[in-house]
Amino acid sequence: MSGFELLPQQASTQAPQTDLLYLFLVFVSAAIVILIVLLMLVFSIRYRRGSAAPRPELRMLTTREFEIGWTAGALFLALFIFGWTGSVRLSMLAAPENAIEIHVQGKQWMWKIQHPNGIREINALHVPVNEPVRLIMTSEDVIHSFFVPAFRIKEDVVPGLYTQTWFKATETGSQHLFCTQFCGTQHSRMIGEIVVMNHDDYARWLREQPQPGDLAAEGASLFKALGCSGCHIGNSAIRAPSLAGIYGRLVHLSDGRTVTMDDAFIRDCILEPRKNVPAGYDPKMPSFKGEVSDGEILRLTAYIRSLKSTGPSG
Amino acid sequence: MTDAAIGQGMPKAAEEPRSYLDTESFVSWLTTTDHKRIAVLYAITVTFFFLVGSGAMALIRYELTSPQGNILSDEAYNRLFTLHGVVMVWFFLIPSIPAIFGNFLLPLMIGARDVAFPRLNLASWYLNFIGGLFVLYALLAGGVDTGWTFYTPLSTMFANGNVIAAAVGIFITGFSSIATGINFIATVHLLRTEGMTWFRLPLFVWAMYAVSLVFILATPVLAITLVLIMAERLFGLPVFDPANGGDPLLFQHLFWFYSHPAVYIMILPAMGVVSEVITCFARRQVFGYTFMVFSLVAIAIIGFFVWGHHMFVSGMSSYAGVVFSLISFVVAVPSAIKVFNWTATLYRGQISFESPMLYALGFVGLFTVGGLTGLFLAAIPVDVHVHDTYFIIAHFHYIMVGGSVSALYAALHFWWPKVTGKLYPENWARFAAILMFFGFNFTFFPQFLVGYLGMPRRYHVYPPEFQTLQVMSSTGASVLALAYALPIVYLTWTLFNRDWKAPDNPWGATGLEWQTSSPPPKENFRALPAVHSAPYHYHETGEAPDPRAQDEAEQ
Amino acid sequence: MSSATLSQEHADSDLPPSEPWSNIAEETEAASFGMWLFLGTEVLFFGGLFLSYTIARFLYPQDFLEAARHTDIYLGATNTIVLLTSSLTMVVAVRGADLGARRLVWICLAATAALGALFLTIKGFEYWEDIREHLVPGRGFAVQGFGATLFFSLYWIMTSVHAVHLTVGVILIARLAWLMRSEPLRLPDLPVYGLYWHFVDTVWIFLFPLLYLAGRA
Repeated sequence: MSGFELLPQQASTQAPQTDLLYLFLVFVSAAIVILIVLLMLVFSIRYRRGSAAPRPELRMLTTREFEIGWTAGALFLALFIFGWTGSVRLSMLAAPENAIEIHVQGKQWMWKIQHPNGIREINALHVPVNEPVRLIMTSEDVIHSFFVPAFRIKEDVVPGLYTQTWFKATETGSQHLFCTQFCGTQHSRMIGEIVVMNHDDYARWLREQPQPGDLAAEGASLFKALGCSGCHIGNSAIRAPSLAGIYGRLVHLSDGRTVTMDDAFIRDCILEPRKNVPAGYDPKMPSFKGEVSDGEILRLTAYIRSLKSTGPSG
Repeated sequence: MTDAAIGQGMPKAAEEPRSYLDTESFVSWLTTTDHKRIAVLYAITVTFFFLVGSGAMALIRYELTSPQGNILSDEAYNRLFTLHGVVMVWFFLIPSIPAIFGNFLLPLMIGARDVAFPRLNLASWYLNFIGGLFVLYALLAGGVDTGWTFYTPLSTMFANGNVIAAAVGIFITGFSSIATGINFIATVHLLRTEGMTWFRLPLFVWAMYAVSLVFILATPVLAITLVLIMAERLFGLPVFDPANGGDPLLFQHLFWFYSHPAVYIMILPAMGVVSEVITCFARRQVFGYTFMVFSLVAIAIIGFFVWGHHMFVSGMSSYAGVVFSLISFVVAVPSAIKVFNWTATLYRGQISFESPMLYALGFVGLFTVGGLTGLFLAAIPVDVHVHDTYFIIAHFHYIMVGGSVSALYAALHFWWPKVTGKLYPENWARFAAILMFFGFNFTFFPQFLVGYLGMPRRYHVYPPEFQTLQVMSSTGASVLALAYALPIVYLTWTLFNRDWKAPDNPWGATGLEWQTSSPPPKENFRALPAVHSAPYHYHETGEAPDPRAQDEAEQ
Repeated sequence: MSSATLSQEHADSDLPPSEPWSNIAEETEAASFGMWLFLGTEVLFFGGLFLSYTIARFLYPQDFLEAARHTDIYLGATNTIVLLTSSLTMVVAVRGADLGARRLVWICLAATAALGALFLTIKGFEYWEDIREHLVPGRGFAVQGFGATLFFSLYWIMTSVHAVHLTVGVILIARLAWLMRSEPLRLPDLPVYGLYWHFVDTVWIFLFPLLYLAGRA
């Protein structure tokens, strides 16, 4: 079964594109290497010292023409390859609209995965085949990197930041997940698997998982338990912005910036409220640094996203 | 047994000038300001660190023959590859050609008696030596476990090893680079002999000049980055730690702003060596001298603007990534020009295949492969797949080892007669050069394959499907080790053997360094030469070699 | 450069040029050139710090500037005057060397070193005050917010790195002043020392507004 392979399995929509670029580059490189090596060999033999080959002087014009010619040729080739690969990159940047959102937290030395309905996995991610999956990732400690060779995707997982990547698996089966940014002692043991299943199997798997309640509902109880509702809902002594339907909207801040209210913004508000004070409000929100974990921030974010314009029901 | 002496040396004077090697005392070596002796001091320390770094790699390659490891713990493995990187980058590759051959040859090639600041030159060796002591201390005290790249917050907040000692050692040795750079630039500007205009400089001198520009502009950024690491780790003053508001990506930008130009520090001198060797043994003026000069300078300058290609998957903006990708493709062009020009230099030459030439031709092949794989990495979708895998390891080893170390061995053989006054056994040398070429490819080509298959780098244990290629690589490494060891053995042997005395100009080369005795006297030349022609004046019409030294008057 | 002709004529410059230079004028030109190159490296060295400052300020503008109001502007301003004055004495010393006025040279060098030492003393006092007011990031840090932590982190790092450069300068200038009392003028040294000292002063001229005037509109 495991013969001598040169390419890993192509198991995502990205894989054939990456492999095509790779093989093109292999072909071009091989051609250039063979050309140079052949020329060196031919010249070495023909013009070895004492050989009878004629050696008239090279005219300056010929020299100049060749120089300019191959410089221009090399530059053109370089720019052509850039143009092709750059456009492939830009076209594959954004995940499709309907992608399943999976949250990934790397930590020394394991992967913690959260599905949108609250299902959690450790060192494994089950996904349905032929469905786009968007990964929103962060780290709890040092920088790790989420690498699935069969999908040809990789993105670092950084503490203090959310990074993203996406894939659409095209083959069922189990694929290696490697950590590929050196992260300490057990870096080489931080291995997981991506299990791609057909729809029926995936649906069955989902049903079989323990259901802890969805993220947004857990976020709602956290919102109350942590006291957020005290200021952000209804009439309170402290004037705090309403959170109804604001996810994704533009927010004007008191220092003049205008930013989008997204996951990173919400995280900053919870941990560093003084960084993003909305225009017209006082910087009175306390910081919850040290009081909420990354997982709880996830749930609060999910809850806030779920709030419609009519406002939370308390 | 072919005799390596083919050329026309200077007729021996009735009274031999005293060689720079004649020792008054051991202490005189440690207080010397003679650039030639300083070069020898560097040769000793660089060789020592090469052996240390190679020893670490020998253990690693043995360990990687089995997927679960053989003799090392995870921690030990991590500390070994960190040691390998730190030692090989800062204490072997970066000093190697510039500090040994640049120091020895630069004044000779431009017709000067010494570098501009001889005492600063000695200080630079001491700085390198003391920095090395700190790194050795870090090793003996248990090692560092962060990789040579010291990414934060791992290195500042989580690592258990001797990060500070290693950082101090690298900081100190960085000033050695800066001192060398300042010295070389001032020397080339101010001490060229009469008639030695800028565009009559040998390409090796241009390479030293270009690398010195990179030394002085890039190394300080590394220095301040290390200061910031020490401040965060030792004094708890956060800059990179996100738990305190810092930015881990800022570290990566600062680090790679130095470390990318650092790789050009490692290749530019090698390119200078190759130009000297190929012209001499092909008996031809280099093809396109002006383009060769401008491509050296272009590589040095453009190399400052590509650092982000180490960070395509780091979380950096993708649009910034595309800009870095473009510039990374562009920086390949001057290197391509050089490869084409070296090949064209062979055209209509009178080529002979002494060992320096074998190493230089090997360089051209291996550097071409390594450089082309750089295009793969500039292509973002491919880099996304192969970043931090063995593909990257193979890429940079093809350039730094297949390239720079081959050039170092070419330089060692080419200038051995000049530096030591001794010849060496040519057949052993040719055997070692050919063995190295095959051993190298056997070691590193499989790594391209296993990297594309997905094997990450810095992995102590790995999935068993990667084992075949790893065993191939380790087998090649044993051959490569032998090929590197052989010259060290026979070259050292010539030092103790009276019979291998070298003439002034065994290769019949045209540079000014060959127009003085082998080894040179302390003051380099009895009378400072005056230059009358461009370099590499080997033959006009191409029919028979007719080398004319740079200081020979036109007939 | 007029100093070249002047220096060649003056009787005090009996000291022979160092190897490999054939005359003092050449050696002076080379020494200055070398020092300019070194200062180029220093620009990049400090540049990394200024970059970090810029990024931290961009990330957390309000807290960063709020924290900047905690620096002691009176001590900072005093130190600025001290350092600028020391640059004046240094300029006089270098010009005096051109004219061969050895006594003026060593007195001005000593004054420069003394003013530099005064700067360091004031700075040391300021550090002690900062510690007493708990302006060191870490346990018990007095100011709120990530921006404040980063500001003070950079404050300590930038001012200490500058202080190290200043200390090296003070020691070397004091040593040169001591030697100049009795020895002939080492002409190549003076412009080199002058360049270095002016550079250290220039760095402070950037540090002062960034660390003391920021946030105090």
